[in-house]
Amino acid sequence: MNTDLIVAIVVSAIAYGTPLVLAGLGELLTERSGVLNLGVEGMMLMGAVTGFFVSQQLGGPGWAVLIVAMIVAAGAGGLMALIHAFLSITVRVNQIVSGLALTIFAGAVGLSSYVGQVWGIGGQHGLHQLNRVDLLGLGELPVVGPILFDQDPFVYLSWGLVVLVAWYLYRTRFGLYLRAVGESPRSADAMGINVTRYRYVHTVVGGALAGLGGAYFTLAIAPIWTDGLTAGAGWIAIALVIFAFWRPDVLLIGAYLFGALSSLGFTLQAHGVQMPSEFFSSLPYLMTVVVLAGASTTLARRRIGTPASLGVPYAREEG
Amino acid sequence: MPSPVLTADALSKWTTSNPYKAAFIYVGAPSDAGWTHAHEVGRLAVQAAFGGRVQTMYKENVPEGPQAAQVVTQLINQGANIIFATSFGYQDTLVAAAKAHPNVLFEQATGTEQLPNLAEYYGAGENGDYLSGMAAGAATKNGKIGFVAPYPIPEVIREIDAFTMGARSMNPNATVRVVWTNTWFDPAKERQAAESLVAAGVDVLGDGQDSPTTGQVAAAAGLKWTGYDSNQESFAPAAWLTATTYNWGPYYINDIAAAMNGTWKTHFYYGGLNDGFVIMAPFGQSVSAATQAAILAKEAEIKAGTFDPFTGPITKQDGSIGVPAGTTLPVYTPTGLSKYSINWFVQGVIGNPAG
Repeated sequence: MNTDLIVAIVVSAIAYGTPLVLAGLGELLTERSGVLNLGVEGMMLMGAVTGFFVSQQLGGPGWAVLIVAMIVAAGAGGLMALIHAFLSITVRVNQIVSGLALTIFAGAVGLSSYVGQVWGIGGQHGLHQLNRVDLLGLGELPVVGPILFDQDPFVYLSWGLVVLVAWYLYRTRFGLYLRAVGESPRSADAMGINVTRYRYVHTVVGGALAGLGGAYFTLAIAPIWTDGLTAGAGWIAIALVIFAFWRPDVLLIGAYLFGALSSLGFTLQAHGVQMPSEFFSSLPYLMTVVVLAGASTTLARRRIGTPASLGVPYAREEG
Repeated sequence: MPSPVLTADALSKWTTSNPYKAAFIYVGAPSDAGWTHAHEVGRLAVQAAFGGRVQTMYKENVPEGPQAAQVVTQLINQGANIIFATSFGYQDTLVAAAKAHPNVLFEQATGTEQLPNLAEYYGAGENGDYLSGMAAGAATKNGKIGFVAPYPIPEVIREIDAFTMGARSMNPNATVRVVWTNTWFDPAKERQAAESLVAAGVDVLGDGQDSPTTGQVAAAAGLKWTGYDSNQESFAPAAWLTATTYNWGPYYINDIAAAMNGTWKTHFYYGGLNDGFVIMAPFGQSVSAATQAAILAKEAEIKAGTFDPFTGPITKQDGSIGVPAGTTLPVYTPTGLSKYSINWFVQGVIGNPAG
């Protein structure tokens, strides 16, 4: 294997891992507060469709349009998550049911497709696309240049967010409170932490990040909207959080591993390696299954990292 | 667009209050700017031609396989008189449905099975792909062409073969690297596949996908591109060379008129450049006058019937003889070698025809 090939694999691992980093970080925050959100896929699709719509409608300089589109996409994801928060935190319905309902509601044959059709953006040629930014003029450096210094702004944003989330979780009082809420909402409540507010905020922020991850598809990967274009990325993001033992740094690595797997088959084919392409196409999903099966057996024994109250609604009066 | 000729009988039978119902099953979304978009243009042409006498309906994003049966049943319950299934993978479903519903007419695009109420329709896309290949062969500087391909099925394989033979007619040393995406339509995967080819050093891209994503990758990398299905020039004008496009409307109008008149009979329609079913998209700015002239001359030969890309001698990828000298492959025969049964790549293709 030559260096160019390895660089090409790493670069595409980052490109296709980035939506997973964003959505995965969001889900990680949500789950840390004890809320399981299975609606990630639906939130990503809503982010993808609204982000694309806004980028098609607005005039003005490209960078400004894209920033507004990203904010709106995050808002759309956050709004969806607010529904989940209301249902699972306030009304205390089963979180799995609520999350699944949202994915079905907003999914490939649901709301996201509907608004895409109403807005008539299907088949439109995207007017704006996030391009790579050569950071500090270092993009020309061999090997590290294209990997570290020649990415699109979403990628830099995702790196910043990983650092920010890690710092928040482990180095701030709010992060400590958040972990307390996820581990034992009753104790947190006794300490005077507002459990409901923490869960609401982190569910909505999680949804916003999922929306942003979805927008990556329509604003960066391919500037085109089509029904269901996230193709299961939301589910992979949920699996990633388990794979990462609820740690942002591991999540970044895991996301790039999935990204690499998703394009490895294409790269090998392009280099004339004769392997059944279906095998490679199925790899990311196969890995999802392996990760989920593996993680759940380990967790069954040691429960590494799982927020103890994950998926359990909290009600003060029950105590 | 041909205007439908309806008999007096049909005119009195099919009215705005009792329209003839024509249904279309789409494998993708009409918004795909490619294959399904071309069918959707055809459906709208039907609607425009017949007005209120025909009610068209469609189901989009219908998975190929057993789930399609449910959609067919639904359409029949909604009163569909004729159902057009627009992708190869619906064939088994359609055969079963045609047997179960002898009073409904069925038409299967790109397939082979015929029944008294099941017809086949498609066209010689491979002839257009030969011409696209010529444009690609003329455009490549390093002789390396990449091709983003959907599924390893005969329809796609013969189009890649024709594309490659066209490219090598302009540049005998040209090679075509094939990357399979195993999807008709998935912009993210198509982009990954196209990027992997760019990373492997190709300087022209072709595709058989339903979205124009390959072209966007080509444009971003400063390369040239041949599209597929629809005129997709606006998606990447700087990269655009040309494309094979399909004009489904006139066919749909003719067949629906026949069905309304009661004269519909099962058939195996195979349109082409000569009857306007296959149309070459306009050339991009970078296609030189000499290349355009060569392509147009070849197109005239195909239309006149004096040239067929699948005339021997054709050498397979492994060096053995695919089609012996003097033989021209028939479109389809139930047994023996025909265009519909080619499952091997010609010399010059780098890739695995088995996927």
